[in-house]
Amino acid sequence: MSATTEVKNGGPAIQVSTLYKSFGKQKVLRGISLEVARGETLSVLGQSGTGKSVLLKLLIGLQQPDSGSIRIHGEEIIGLSRNQLNEVRKKIGFLFQNSALYDALTVEQNVSFPLERHSDLSESDRKKRVRELLASVGMENDLQKLPGEISGGMQKRVGLARALALSPDILLFDEPTAGLDPITASEIDELILKMQKEGNITSIVVTHDMPSARAVSDRLAVMRDGQLLIEGSFQDLEKSKDEFVVQFISRDR
Amino acid sequence: MMASSTTANLKRTREASYSQSSGFLARFFEWFGELGLFCFQFLRAMFMPPYEVREFAHQLDELGSKSLPLVSLAGAATGVVLSLETRDSLVNFGAKSLLPALLVVSIIKESGPIITALIVSGRVAAGIGAELGAMKVTEQIDAMEALAVDPYRFLVATRVAACVVMLPLLTVAADFCGIIFGWVTNTLTEPISFRLFIENGFKNVMFSDFLPPTFKTAVFGLIIGVVACFQGMRTRGGTEGVERAATSSVVLSSLFIILADVLLVRLIQVLFP
Repeated sequence: MSATTEVKNGGPAIQVSTLYKSFGKQKVLRGISLEVARGETLSVLGQSGTGKSVLLKLLIGLQQPDSGSIRIHGEEIIGLSRNQLNEVRKKIGFLFQNSALYDALTVEQNVSFPLERHSDLSESDRKKRVRELLASVGMENDLQKLPGEISGGMQKRVGLARALALSPDILLFDEPTAGLDPITASEIDELILKMQKEGNITSIVVTHDMPSARAVSDRLAVMRDGQLLIEGSFQDLEKSKDEFVVQFISRDR
Repeated sequence: MMASSTTANLKRTREASYSQSSGFLARFFEWFGELGLFCFQFLRAMFMPPYEVREFAHQLDELGSKSLPLVSLAGAATGVVLSLETRDSLVNFGAKSLLPALLVVSIIKESGPIITALIVSGRVAAGIGAELGAMKVTEQIDAMEALAVDPYRFLVATRVAACVVMLPLLTVAADFCGIIFGWVTNTLTEPISFRLFIENGFKNVMFSDFLPPTFKTAVFGLIIGVVACFQGMRTRGGTEGVERAATSSVVLSSLFIILADVLLVRLIQVLFP
């Protein structure tokens, strides 16, 4: 099936097949395959160091796999030139684990950064859009603050606003609630849900926070040692007899 | 028995030192290989539009204007020291009247350029190495790529270009301060009018004495920018990695500046006899 037909038929937004990735002798991903439908949210769970973050970085071309295939909206992204890859990246928002805001830029400049380079908006329209984005994450009052002057939860909000700046179809979240108190974490979960609902966005959430995964996802996948152990709904996972999965689920209770 | 164990130990030591040196050689060539790829990436970003004009202007200020006080001070100190050191020797030889010419020539030909380059290397290379290193380990550079912005264009090309442009200008400032303070020091011992000092100093100085040494600092700027950005962009391993990036940026850029100076001085002598 050609890429165009798949898109017309509303095929999966993200399609990963037998992905392998090693760093030296360390095999991080060992044949991962998964699909995420349009508008669906998949949470990828697993212990630290099982290759969850690497999987996200491969999806946006920040690292190259040893072998395998990654299709975004039907388009194979492995082997694309830098310019072609950048076109794909514009359709994907990425929220980094530590937000990765630019230290030297203010909150407003951080969100404006992708818009200045990839949109035709006039300066006043751009400012308006930045304010709207920051208002949607409740950060409209801290425009001139530097990232170092705001809390971790606030940084996550700004990171989310920046990830949404180019109106992406796909959002990738790397541990969105890691290091946050339970109240702030649930606020971030609510924001993620709100964004998904408003923009019909496809998401992959990498996390080891079970309550968060349960709150935001349609489907879950559990990774272990670079492989997918199980995937399905929360109910499917609950039925699993696998000790590792049971341990993960039971942390929620 | 003892002899055979000693031989085995010697063999092991030799093997260990062989593998250590081959590891070092491999790392050495790997470094140059990576540097080559890095230069290709940043040159492509530097000469192909779109250009990051605002960031370039910001870096001109950050790396250039803000280095001005330090460079001027170093230039002034060089002028004072040269004046103090050479005066006695020249008096002994009865060649006191040569002091302005000696001071001017030694400042514009060598002291000004090299002092400027080493001072800027200390301030700017450490700054760039630490800044890009910190951005690397906190995933800010990954975030830039994820937003479809080329970090080589936004971070590297702007900083390297700013270093190349600012080094000759800073050198002129250092030369100026060196000559002025050379005259001040001289005149405190034995008053001489500024006009006479300058007339004597520049009597035999041609543009070909001034321009090549000043413009060779653009090469020093290139070395500072490339080495510091390269070390910053390849940072690994948290805070310790950032510290290593900052230190190695200064050490390597200073070392390469001095080595390049040897070649450039010789080249200038050949091209401008």
